[in-house]
Amino acid sequence: MIDATRRTLLKGSLGAGAIGVAVGAGLLTPGAVLAAWPEAAFKAEDQAAALNELLGADATETSDAVKIKAPDIAENGAVVPVTVESDVEGVKSISIIAAGNQTPLIASFDLGENALPFVSTRIKMAKTADVVAVVQTADGLLSAAKPVKVTIGGCGG
Amino acid sequence: MASNIKIRAKASNGVTTVKSLMSHEMETGLRKDKKTGEPIPAHFIQEVTAKWNDQTVMTALWSGGVSKNPYLSFKFNGGEPGDTIEISWVDNMGQSESGTAEIK
Repeated sequence: MIDATRRTLLKGSLGAGAIGVAVGAGLLTPGAVLAAWPEAAFKAEDQAAALNELLGADATETSDAVKIKAPDIAENGAVVPVTVESDVEGVKSISIIAAGNQTPLIASFDLGENALPFVSTRIKMAKTADVVAVVQTADGLLSAAKPVKVTIGGCGG
Repeated sequence: MASNIKIRAKASNGVTTVKSLMSHEMETGLRKDKKTGEPIPAHFIQEVTAKWNDQTVMTALWSGGVSKNPYLSFKFNGGEPGDTIEISWVDNMGQSESGTAEIK
């Protein structure tokens, strides 16, 4: 009888699986990590659809307050450094789009309370195109675009 | 501390700048194996969480469009030398890694 209980207990805890263990270990916070990854946004094949899926809107206003730093010519489309900065107040998120990629939305950064509107990463560009940054504020979406020439495409086709 | 997340965090004038480098294939799923012609399955980091002393400072959602061995830098107001920065990621296959460093 005791064995049966132990067996069920063990089965239960094994069944809880890696996620359970990870949560217990404090490595995964269910709220943050198990939140749904916006698949539709990342699979969208045009910028407007991607922004609609991700942010619920696609109307952007071009603004000087969004600054994109990226090379004029990227030797290797697989590794294009992009930095986006903004001096606007109350930035909620920053998204990076490679307009010439089959699925243009590359990344989106949700800024926490103390975060400054600054992100830097490296992205893949399939071909010469604009890198577009969209900054989400309480008042709407601001954007800027920077054309980047790509000599060797970076998505692996 | 996971050796495949490198973190450098520096506090200056009330702002902490964090630079990190993660080891990951970031496979888009579009490449084909040259020998077999079979598509190499997509395998990329989907979510990155950055914390300062247990407070989430930033969450990033990524696609395979982020470069292999992703670099990430961000800044936040606050942070003192000795505070902890933690960066963790989860990929599309459910794998995850986590690393920490002290602000210098």
